[in-house]
Amino acid sequence: MLEKKIAGYSDEISVAPGERIRFMVSCEPGVDRYQADIVRLISGDRQPSGPGYRDELLQTSVSGEYPGRSQETYCGSYAVVPDGPAFDALSDLSLQAAIFPTLPALRRACIISKMDIEAGCGFALWTDPADGLVLQLGDGDGGLREFTLGQALVAREWYLVSATYDSSSGEVHLRQQLLDSYARDTSSGEVKHDSKGTAVVRCNAPLLIAAASREEARGKPVGEMIFNGRIERPVVASRVLERSEIESLRSDAVPRGLRTDICAAWDFSRAMDTDDIIDISPNRAHGRLINLPIRAVRGSNWTGDELDFNHAPDQYAAIHFLDDSLYDCEWDADFELEVPADTPSGLYAARLTAGDQEDHISFVVRPPRDRATASLALLIPTASYMAYGNSRGGIEFGNELLANHLAVIGPEERYLNRHPEYGNSMYDNHNDGTGVCYSSRLRPLINIRPTHHWLWQLSADMHIVEWLEAQRIPFDVITDEDMHQDGVSLLERYSCVMTCSHPEYYSTNMWDAVHAFTQRGGRLMYMGGNGFYWRVAYRDDKPGAMEMRRTEDGSRSWASEPGEYFMAFTGEYGGLWWRAGRTPQSLVGNGFIAQGFDHSSYFRRTADSHDPRAAFIFEGIDDEIIGDFGLIGGGAAGLELDSASRAYGTPPHALTVATSEQHTDCYIRVNEDIGHMLLSIGGQDDPQVHADVVFFETPRGGAVFSTGSIGWSSALFHNDHNNNVSRMTRNVLDRFLDPTPFA
Amino acid sequence: MGNPMGPHSAALQRIVTRMRDTEAAGRYVLVTRIPYQEWGLAQLSGQRGVDVTLLEDQVFTSLEDAERAVFKMRWELITGTPLVLD
Repeated sequence: MLEKKIAGYSDEISVAPGERIRFMVSCEPGVDRYQADIVRLISGDRQPSGPGYRDELLQTSVSGEYPGRSQETYCGSYAVVPDGPAFDALSDLSLQAAIFPTLPALRRACIISKMDIEAGCGFALWTDPADGLVLQLGDGDGGLREFTLGQALVAREWYLVSATYDSSSGEVHLRQQLLDSYARDTSSGEVKHDSKGTAVVRCNAPLLIAAASREEARGKPVGEMIFNGRIERPVVASRVLERSEIESLRSDAVPRGLRTDICAAWDFSRAMDTDDIIDISPNRAHGRLINLPIRAVRGSNWTGDELDFNHAPDQYAAIHFLDDSLYDCEWDADFELEVPADTPSGLYAARLTAGDQEDHISFVVRPPRDRATASLALLIPTASYMAYGNSRGGIEFGNELLANHLAVIGPEERYLNRHPEYGNSMYDNHNDGTGVCYSSRLRPLINIRPTHHWLWQLSADMHIVEWLEAQRIPFDVITDEDMHQDGVSLLERYSCVMTCSHPEYYSTNMWDAVHAFTQRGGRLMYMGGNGFYWRVAYRDDKPGAMEMRRTEDGSRSWASEPGEYFMAFTGEYGGLWWRAGRTPQSLVGNGFIAQGFDHSSYFRRTADSHDPRAAFIFEGIDDEIIGDFGLIGGGAAGLELDSASRAYGTPPHALTVATSEQHTDCYIRVNEDIGHMLLSIGGQDDPQVHADVVFFETPRGGAVFSTGSIGWSSALFHNDHNNNVSRMTRNVLDRFLDPTPFA
Repeated sequence: MGNPMGPHSAALQRIVTRMRDTEAAGRYVLVTRIPYQEWGLAQLSGQRGVDVTLLEDQVFTSLEDAERAVFKMRWELITGTPLVLD
């Protein structure tokens, strides 16, 4: 497969027996038919030294051939307000908004529109790369009249823009005023035109903010010519407003004297935890946002005195629209599965094949919702899958300095690059440079595949699944989203919960559930590195979407703007959990300290490992060196490393039973742990650059075992599972499944 | 050149780092031709949605050979003279 041509997604990520899950598939030309089957995933790593791909067919009604078809995706965010009586009085017209264009030179972009192009009626206000503000008015006869201001806008500056049309005099008045003040500003200005004929501004089309539209699809107008940047307090009025009146509408209430003439005045600072935009005029012409534009962002009047939008919402009355954001592809379903009642819990996929083409749309079958069917639960980090899903770093930058070797680009990366409309990962930037703070699983996530050559998240977690299968240990599979929704009651059904290799992103519900589980006698095996690091938020009314802000510090590919550290979904402070007073070290004994992506290293046993409390971990192991082998970088201590630290909250009685050493200089300490910049931050010089394997007992007979390294699970397969990493993991698991309380 | 995947000496790593720290547009990458067996050299476009440019005459059957070849190409680009090893 030199060219990938088929991909899909599902509407659910975790389903119980008896429940339904739908699968949406799109094929590029050349794939006329494909075979679909439901399979239980056993292993995925296809590199020559790896276990290879294995699955087991589940007999379901899904198995069969399906016609391949291309399905359209409409990305880009905008708002839609239905036509209604609010706009009946339009004959004269005033439009206004504060705008912060981020890509004004890219192409013409629409600030606000209500236009029936075929009939030639309505209005649209644009930014133009050369001419700045542009007003289009329908001529009532199938045509448009266009009036330009003639001065280009500067990117990333706030402007108050307005356009008025006087139907009796025919005068059109355009104004754009820079809200900051610069000497030699040439971007502010105003101009008056004679419309030379009557315009028809009333039309039946819906009103769009940040987009224009010529067609409908899937029951709503398709946004085009989307505005990149921020729009604040857009207003539509049915008479020509004076400059003082335009200024007065920049507040969070419509002045009494203007209430008869305002068609709509949207205050984006309201209902920020929804997709609604609220009209504060008496007409209440509310609208809906499409494709997750960014809310809770600074407005034109942000002073810097208040950093939390909850405390000063009027300073956060802007929305940041983007031409490449996406919530839901909204494809038609190709097939649906009703999970058979006797389906064992596990990690499954819809396996799609067509000649040399394949795709795996993975999902979890959780146990029946009222019970566990095993003593062990494998916790699939779906929040982290969503954060990394559709990461474009490989194809766009090569990530060569991160890895210290040439990047390998597979058909999957080139396919993703052919489909920018599938949206970005939370490691990417939008087209206008803004960091991606929302993700969704209602779209193909091209790198979240069990066989992806980049062994990261699901493809790396398959090493754990493969090991559990080989050990013949019964296990249920549950997901982050299940835990977020069900809380600790879901975890409490199990003697032991095992994480995957990189459970980095945690919502408050998820963190609370894991913490309560460890405090109530549960046994937790944290099988990875850099876990419990970033705080994320879900929204109950927005299934499959997730928010995150990259605040203050942390190992990150972009940074949130100052004053934008609180998440619109929940109002919670975003960023590192550490900055919210909850360190990974306090939860699992170790926390993120360094990363590198060239060579992995090994662990050496410590004096603590000979403590009688740790004897069960090393039963049958005489080696001092642990894990000097592995399928990622050649060692169990690799990629992202966690170390123990009393200062950061590692429990005082915790045992550090093994410590890694001899990391390369590609491994560098995380920036949040660096005060002054010193020469010694690389693995060869900085003793802090190491991973710790940590064990400690928790209240009511519980315990935690943390491997401290993403690379740990890549070592399980070595020598047909006969190795000291596999043995340690098995020793711990056997003891953690034993109900005998820890002291 | 005997150990192109590293770890390198501090001095060599400094050169390699400088070589790798280029603009995204034009940066060399390896494109899979046969998974885990054969790779072709390509250059990134540096633009979202624009494919890599394949350099059809540069095909490798080991990642180490690819590193060596790109090191030589970059050496010549930076110094203006071909890399001559004893």
